Amino acid sequence: MEKIDKKYVDFSVMAGTYKTRLTKKFSNRPQWNKPEPGDVLSNLPGTIIQIKVKVGEKVEAGQLLLIHEAMKMLNRVVAPVSGIVTDINVNVGDKIGKNHLMIKIVENEK
Amino acid sequence: MADLTKSILTLREKKAIVEKGGGEAAIEKQVAMGKLTARERIQAILDKNSFHETDMFVKHDGRDFGMDKKEFAADGVVTGTGTIGGAPVCIYAQDFTVAGGSLGLQHARKITKVMDIALKMKCPVIGINDSGGARIQEGVSALAGYGEIFYRNTIASGVIPQLSLILGPCAGGAVYSPALTDFVFVVEGISKMFITGPNVIKTVLGEDISMEDLGGARVHAEITGNAHFYALNEEECFEQVKNLLKFIPWNNQQKAPAVKAKEPKTKLNIEEIVPSDPKQPYDVRDVIRCIVDDSDFLEIQELWAANIVIGFGRMGGETVGFVANQPMVLAGVLDCDSADKAARFIRFCDSFNIPIVTLEDMPGYLPGVDQEHAGVIRHGAKVLYAYSEATVPKVTVILRKAYGGGYIAMNSRHLGADFMFAWPTAEIAVMGPDGAANIIFRKEIMEAEDQEAMRQEKVNEYIEKFANPYVAASKGFVDTVIEPKETRTQILHALKLSALKEECRPERKHGLPPF
Repeated sequence: MEKIDKKYVDFSVMAGTYKTRLTKKFSNRPQWNKPEPGDVLSNLPGTIIQIKVKVGEKVEAGQLLLIHEAMKMLNRVVAPVSGIVTDINVNVGDKIGKNHLMIKIVENEK
Repeated sequence: MADLTKSILTLREKKAIVEKGGGEAAIEKQVAMGKLTARERIQAILDKNSFHETDMFVKHDGRDFGMDKKEFAADGVVTGTGTIGGAPVCIYAQDFTVAGGSLGLQHARKITKVMDIALKMKCPVIGINDSGGARIQEGVSALAGYGEIFYRNTIASGVIPQLSLILGPCAGGAVYSPALTDFVFVVEGISKMFITGPNVIKTVLGEDISMEDLGGARVHAEITGNAHFYALNEEECFEQVKNLLKFIPWNNQQKAPAVKAKEPKTKLNIEEIVPSDPKQPYDVRDVIRCIVDDSDFLEIQELWAANIVIGFGRMGGETVGFVANQPMVLAGVLDCDSADKAARFIRFCDSFNIPIVTLEDMPGYLPGVDQEHAGVIRHGAKVLYAYSEATVPKVTVILRKAYGGGYIAMNSRHLGADFMFAWPTAEIAVMGPDGAANIIFRKEIMEAEDQEAMRQEKVNEYIEKFANPYVAASKGFVDTVIEPKETRTQILHALKLSALKEECRPERKHGLPPF
């Protein structure tokens, strides 16, 4: 048997609630959070090669933020929105995983 | 005469050298890891003394990095033919004691040669993987070797059964041959399977993970779904291989070998397994055990996506593939993984002339952002595709819940089921009573003084009217409402009637299942 919680729990599907066991995979599923438009996440594991902006700097959408080496490519990471850089959570040389929050930009009010 | 004797002695010497594999020290290391040698593994799987080795004297053609001065016994892979239960099979086993079982072009060509024989002679091919990966010194030739194996795995797919045993490392490109085959066997502590190993992950990410945690037997049996059979040691694994081969045909032109029919031997009473309250769980495998010959059910992918149960049993002595929702786990919902699991199995059965019996008790698809974003639409569609496409006899028994999209997906009449049975406890409806009542009687419930009482009244009204098999039966969507204890005889009759089933499909190169 799959490693599952031994006891039966209440589990809702389409407005019906059933007694059942849960799988490990289901219990560990990631919680979904609404993405922030100004959060710059790594889409691959890799290494930070260069950082082109500073905290407090004004950036335009499309402006180069940093160079992220991943899968043998020097990837140009650009600003997704125009705004102010409020956080830089990486340093040159850092090895980061996927979905690592590298830079935070607070978007200009429209 | 003297010359002949001498030449025979020379042959024996040459064979003895090759049979020593990588030599004593390397074999000792192999044994210390709890592993058998390549030749021992083959002997353990095949009928006694039936192994006929081919290509013992093949030499690699590496010329660079000093490879020209190195000799590898049998080039690191033992290949040949033999029998299992008297029937022919092709087999190969990578020899980790020889150059780490690394794959070069000649090593690969030995493998493709037995695959070609298997395809021509229409017999199963069994591959034992135990290799450090590509022989780097051979460069692109090693890659060519993998490609030639993958190509044959694909061409042989659905023609002959292909089994892969992961009895050591199987990393990088090497993983794709097993992935293309029909059944993958893993052994606790021995199997290690991944695309990029812990070293690369450490270099790129700085994350420390052991081979076991990354791609050990348990991981593939439980989390990734790459493995179909999980064993605690090699011996158990070989028994699983032999047991599986008793249930399946040798090729797509034959039927699985029939055995003497037996009555189920379980003491379980089929009328007492399924609780009448549709919200209470039970183990659907108990129902299967009440139906199949000798109560002998061979479950496949037992640990992964346990909310659906798949496997082989026999009815009236003939092999049947079972697909059953498992209310005990995740209420038996369909989700991405369980849809993949069921669809692939249905296609195996259809390829190899094995009738499919579906036992249905499911509330619908698993709700959730993760499921939607993981593509439950295209994964779920695979089940519809696989059932609709299948032309083998298809029998469905609705035990309890058959709601909404799940009702359609689980081999409904509308997807081409040949026989549709339902137990009197079946609830065949567009959705569960609670949800349906909330929608249909929304106004009445909102306007009632006691909303909860009104809701309950309307839920009951809905249950009375629709949560039964008779609405579907009145339209002919269900052929027969049967008592649970009739289940076995009804299925047996259906299968008997379907023995010569023929169903035509329009000509096409191939369909486009939502991969």
